[in-house]
Amino acid sequence: MAMEITQFLLAAQSADAKVRTEAEASLRQFQEQNMPVFLHSLSLELSNDEKPVESRRLAGIVLKNSLDAKDAIRKEQLVQQWMAIDVSIKSQIKDFLLKTLGSSVPEARHTSSQVIAKIASIEIPRKQWPELIGSLLNNMTQQDRPAFLKQATLETLGYVCEEISHEDLVQDEVNAVLTAVVQGMNLADHGPEVRLAATKALYNALEFAQTNFENEMERNYIMKVVCDTAMSEEVEIRQAAFECLVAIASAYYEVLEPYMQTLFQLTSNAVKGDEETVALQAIEFWSSICDEEIELQEFESPESGDSGPPHSCFIEKALSSLVPLLLETLLKQEEDQDQDDTIWNISMAGGTCLGLVSRTVGDAIVPLVMPFVESNIVKPDWRCREAATYAFGSILEGPTVDKLSPLVQAGLEFLLNAMKDGNNHVKDTTAWTLSRIFELLHSPATGFSVISPENLKRVLVVLLESIKDAPNVAEKVCGAIYYLVQGYEDAGPSSSLLTPYLTDIISCLIAASDRTDGGDSKLRSSAYETLNEVVRCSNISETSSIIAQLLPVIMNKLGQTMEIQIVSSDDREKQGDLQASLCGVLQVIIQKLSSTDETKPIILQAADQIMLLFLKVFGCRSSTVHEEAMLAIGALAYATGSQFEKYMPEFYKYLEMGLQNFEEYQVCGITVGVVGDICRALDDKILPYCDGIMGLLLKDLASSELHRSVKPPIFSCFGDIALAIGEHFEKYVPYALPMMQGAAEICAKIETADDEMMDYGNQLRRSIFEAYSGILQGFKSVKPDVMLPYAQHLLKFIELVSRDSQRDESVTKAAVAVMGDLADALGSNIKLMLKECAFCDEFLGECLQSDDEQLKETAGWTQGMIRRVMVL
Amino acid sequence: MAPHDLRRPFKRAAISDQQKRRELSLLRQAQNRRDAQQQARCLASSILSLQSSAPESETEQPSIDIETVSETEHESEALSKDLDVGRASKLRGPEVRKWFARQLMLPEWMIDVPDRLSQDWYVFARPAGKRCFVVSSNGTTVSRQRNGSILHHFPSALPAGSKTRDGSGSAQSYCILDCIFHESDQTYYVIDMVCWNGYPLYDCTAEFRFYWLNSKLEESGACNAPSHHLKFRFSTVPVYNCDQSGLYAAYTGVVPYVKDGLLFYNKHAHYQTGNTPLVLVWKDENCSQYVIDTDGKGEIPSQQQVVLELQDDRKLVTSDDPPVSFGCLDGDIIEKSGLQSGILLRFAIGDGGLSFVDGKLEKADLIYLGKSNRARAFADSYSKVIFQFMVRNSPLKVDDLLASINSPDDQEKTPSDIEMAG
Repeated sequence: MAMEITQFLLAAQSADAKVRTEAEASLRQFQEQNMPVFLHSLSLELSNDEKPVESRRLAGIVLKNSLDAKDAIRKEQLVQQWMAIDVSIKSQIKDFLLKTLGSSVPEARHTSSQVIAKIASIEIPRKQWPELIGSLLNNMTQQDRPAFLKQATLETLGYVCEEISHEDLVQDEVNAVLTAVVQGMNLADHGPEVRLAATKALYNALEFAQTNFENEMERNYIMKVVCDTAMSEEVEIRQAAFECLVAIASAYYEVLEPYMQTLFQLTSNAVKGDEETVALQAIEFWSSICDEEIELQEFESPESGDSGPPHSCFIEKALSSLVPLLLETLLKQEEDQDQDDTIWNISMAGGTCLGLVSRTVGDAIVPLVMPFVESNIVKPDWRCREAATYAFGSILEGPTVDKLSPLVQAGLEFLLNAMKDGNNHVKDTTAWTLSRIFELLHSPATGFSVISPENLKRVLVVLLESIKDAPNVAEKVCGAIYYLVQGYEDAGPSSSLLTPYLTDIISCLIAASDRTDGGDSKLRSSAYETLNEVVRCSNISETSSIIAQLLPVIMNKLGQTMEIQIVSSDDREKQGDLQASLCGVLQVIIQKLSSTDETKPIILQAADQIMLLFLKVFGCRSSTVHEEAMLAIGALAYATGSQFEKYMPEFYKYLEMGLQNFEEYQVCGITVGVVGDICRALDDKILPYCDGIMGLLLKDLASSELHRSVKPPIFSCFGDIALAIGEHFEKYVPYALPMMQGAAEICAKIETADDEMMDYGNQLRRSIFEAYSGILQGFKSVKPDVMLPYAQHLLKFIELVSRDSQRDESVTKAAVAVMGDLADALGSNIKLMLKECAFCDEFLGECLQSDDEQLKETAGWTQGMIRRVMVL
Repeated sequence: MAPHDLRRPFKRAAISDQQKRRELSLLRQAQNRRDAQQQARCLASSILSLQSSAPESETEQPSIDIETVSETEHESEALSKDLDVGRASKLRGPEVRKWFARQLMLPEWMIDVPDRLSQDWYVFARPAGKRCFVVSSNGTTVSRQRNGSILHHFPSALPAGSKTRDGSGSAQSYCILDCIFHESDQTYYVIDMVCWNGYPLYDCTAEFRFYWLNSKLEESGACNAPSHHLKFRFSTVPVYNCDQSGLYAAYTGVVPYVKDGLLFYNKHAHYQTGNTPLVLVWKDENCSQYVIDTDGKGEIPSQQQVVLELQDDRKLVTSDDPPVSFGCLDGDIIEKSGLQSGILLRFAIGDGGLSFVDGKLEKADLIYLGKSNRARAFADSYSKVIFQFMVRNSPLKVDDLLASINSPDDQEKTPSDIEMAG
């Protein structure tokens, strides 16, 4: 029954795009024609040692992708599809896969173990593959089986444990699986390959081992084996064992107490003397402990008295030994670590951990770190000075402002001088430390800052000088300026402090963005993003002329990007990135200047030219630009209001393009938002474009390809359109309303256990209500009867939502508002319906009791509307 | 399982402005959508109010707004002017703290015994707990602590304190009570009444306010046992004329709450915001757990600590109006610590203590400790510093109080027409 698919699998990996596409099409065709046979053929291909490795590997991947997907809805479809396949075929597929574990080709074994785990994730919870565990364990217990089979079996066990819950098996099986894995780690019985596989399997099985970790004896045993393994001769095995310890720190924090002495010794030795890969994991162990304790501290509210898991204060207890250990790591920098973003080494991990320790214990870290800082910061060796600065920068978050501000005030001048240090690393870290100081200890808006008005000038002189330094230093300086100006956002009179320096700051940032000596575009985009923050945080009444002057400068730069010669796809990408940055700056300027009546005319005067530039950017067609230009156009439409009409004939095709961009769903989502902006800007002048827009929006909604996050904004957008065009929305009602009703029914079925899904459900519900609100308001004075047939369904939906205690506040607001809109628009027509709605009073009562003024006001209005209906 | 995520490089936190721009756009769009829909709704309601004969519509009601007419800035009037909850709600952070701290009448500490105690003063045992304003209006009740933060938001039986079925309670109706929330029995003990049912009482004498408080609060049903809907109970406190038996009763009498000192109210005093010498607080170990101030850790420091405000001329002053100076701060310290005027600083009182000449402070031995906790809104008052100093050195005892009532010029007793005990 199997089809011959080897050649297609090979062709699908061809370098020739044409060959590849054809092969992919053929494979898809097989799949559509006969799914069971196709899957069977794939498993046969994978298991056949005579086939080429390449086709076997792809067969395995396609098979795996036919069983699992990231998207929950797609995944459910795949599960249903697998379950529908005839039992005998499934059983053959599974046999092939199990057989492949014994293959001499490592890649085939590896792929097969992944596929087995995926099938297990479907079948084990449904008790449809009871023999799997037994047959895997059999591979382990038979003395004569080759090591590579045991290795593949352990890997499979690990993956299976990761996919299923321990509750899917009886406890005996769980124990047997863990015993097999832990025994696989035994030095006496197995060679390094098997022990490595077993250690990795244990890592995957840690969550699965929950029950065993609850039992002290079993826990002691597992911990002993892991700790022993962490001292293995083979570095890879030690690393894997430490990875287990890291995962245990997160998953089983609350039972670690008895082992901490041993674990401190182990990790301490590793940090001091082991290979870097192992040392990094040992540091990560402590970082994970910090994560746990920080989380406990954040969720701990002394008021509520909830008894959460206990805080064991491991960091506090280990503090006096841990901090010196971490400080030592800071001295192990690599020469070029600041030049390369992919580097992750022991000094960086150590600093990161030190920062987490600081957040965990607060003030207590300061006396342990300051002597290190003070003694090293003046030493001739740059490593000492860099480490001292890094240590200081790392502890700026956690301790109290009272504790830190005298230190920072005393050290600020030193740091400013260190921006002239002879060593690039030292300057890089100093600039980073300054940015941390500004981020954490500079907040004029709330009345506190370590930067007094007097030393602001000195700070800026240094920063604007250092932004001319090496690209990596300049980039950190941008970050420092970013946080420095951020402190003045909404700072009232304090924001004037920045005004005298604004022109200089802006010109230095532009100069930095023009630099060509950076290896990549990082400095440039940092400079532009800092520029955005400068514009956002400036005091508009004092700086409008400066920002007005910036506008033509940026427009000019954007114009110049059209003239960049495009030879390669690399050039195209660079042009796109630059345009994205510049469109971003324009968006921020448009938003800033259109926020006051005095400055809005500046935008209105330049609107034609700005729009022309955006259209040209669209002409260059790069998706990232598309997105940024689209965002900026939304801001422009808001600024120009009905004037935007004249741009529509030219702009419309790009709007269409955006609405059809399924793949880059964020572009699609932003375009949907811009449609809303345009509706509010144009009102009924948008009518000529509505057929096209509604058509695309309906198509987007119906598409299973489009990312679900775009769908709620589309419903909200229906409301925007209806509010703009009023009665003309009638012709879309037969299409839009069933979609809304369908979505409302989906809401009722959304999984509430999953936070992400719940969030989505809330967005969806709010957006459906917003759609109804816009439509009802649009029809209100002219054709309310159109909505009468939909009233009952809407009321049912509101009732359902009102009974959900988990609903989000924004959903409540939208629900209570739409209830008022319904009464307002339909009046006495729905008197009877409303009378039967017992939930209304209760729901309104709840809203009227709320802390939220806006909600109370809306609920009061709705109550008035309903009463009016009742007396009519 | 995917390998453990590499940690976000600590030193390379990229500024991602694009995401920020996206989010700000979404925020703006949501805001604009709400405005557009809201506008549509408001049009509807204005039409409604023109054509509709249904007067019960709530749409005409202004939102909480408790402004009463007053133009002058003076003392008690400042309260009515400031008590615009709507405006206050827009204040943030330290502003809120200062605003609310300004609204409450704050007792001075009793550092000597006032004249005519038995004729002109009431006394009662102060409940230990959170001092707060309770405001009922528009169908809901909010309690706000001295620092401005909301303690509870709840329906109550106070006028306008909950939504009633018949929708009664007009916007003009509201209450403002000066209370202490007593944690263990979840009761608001009302120690003063500022406004009742839309009727302002701050310019009435304490005598009248207490009378009104006692009769109206009971009447409203707010003192009834808590129910599922109305979960906090209100209660009055037994108030006595400050004669010997009254003082003795307040000092030793059994009350349903934990005591924290005694409060003395001058019968003729109006409700006045801020510190006033017409209300006094006194305490000793028998009627309060907290006689000597503790530090941040709840321990009693070996030396008395005070918080003073630094002025432009380097003077260190109390929160009184006019402020009392405790000396000058060394210019060196100001420079070294970068202190700005207006900042609150913490000092210990050294072995030199405080010296007085003719009952006026002459010299204080201050030792600079550092900046005060940022949660503090004000410096200590003069009377507090002196009271604390006396407590540590030569406390004013209850016998002194009783003795002063017995003294010859205090013998004449007037019968009281208001007996608050009960």
